[in-house]
Amino acid sequence: MSTLHTVNKSPYERVAFASCLAHVAPGDALLMIEDGVLGARRGGAFAKRLAEADRRVAIYAIGPDLEARGVKREDVAEGVEIVGYDGFVDLVARHARVCAWL
Amino acid sequence: MSENPKKTFLYLNRKAPYGTIYALESLEVVLIGAAFEQDVALAFLDDGVFQLAEGQNAAGIGMKTFAKTYRALGDFEVRRLYVERESLTERGLSIEDLMPIVHEDENEDYAQMPSIRVVDRAELARLIGASDVVLSF
Repeated sequence: MSTLHTVNKSPYERVAFASCLAHVAPGDALLMIEDGVLGARRGGAFAKRLAEADRRVAIYAIGPDLEARGVKREDVAEGVEIVGYDGFVDLVARHARVCAWL
Repeated sequence: MSENPKKTFLYLNRKAPYGTIYALESLEVVLIGAAFEQDVALAFLDDGVFQLAEGQNAAGIGMKTFAKTYRALGDFEVRRLYVERESLTERGLSIEDLMPIVHEDENEDYAQMPSIRVVDRAELARLIGASDVVLSF
């Protein structure tokens, strides 16, 4: 049964995001929340790592967190699906467990 | 309590001790979980491996050296402490740098068995996927 991984730290400040990517299993989902969404910015050094992970796991980011930080929809890297808080709830319900990377 | 099935809990510890409250809070929650007779395992990765370092003494920074509490976990039926090999290596540590933590095994005539198990990253990822509940600190 699959795991929903949440990341709430910027990959440019902490290793939480990188550590998460190193521990995801095929079929898992990764949801960027709070400062974690900064990793979703297109053209960022971390976006490349996300693209590699995209082949194994589904990647999501919280829309209001992107908006709050001035990351426009068109600035979000390919392969990242933007979801609202309702989408967050759906993801939690669809996976057997949540693993938070703080 | 008996009508509830036992769940497997995995506590993920990723922070060094003392700099933040996470490590101490994790220990508190682990002991609470164990008191409710759940199946508890701990994982130490990233800077969390420093929580198990031998020779900690926080007296000089005016804090409690809570490292000793890890040695008591066996008495609370917490017998599995997984430590990620890659996290140790990245930080110049090996298992010899960690506290010896043991528990008594009633199936082995109460012999003292090591609680720490060094696992690689892939095995730790598998453990996350095999747990009912993952609590992160």
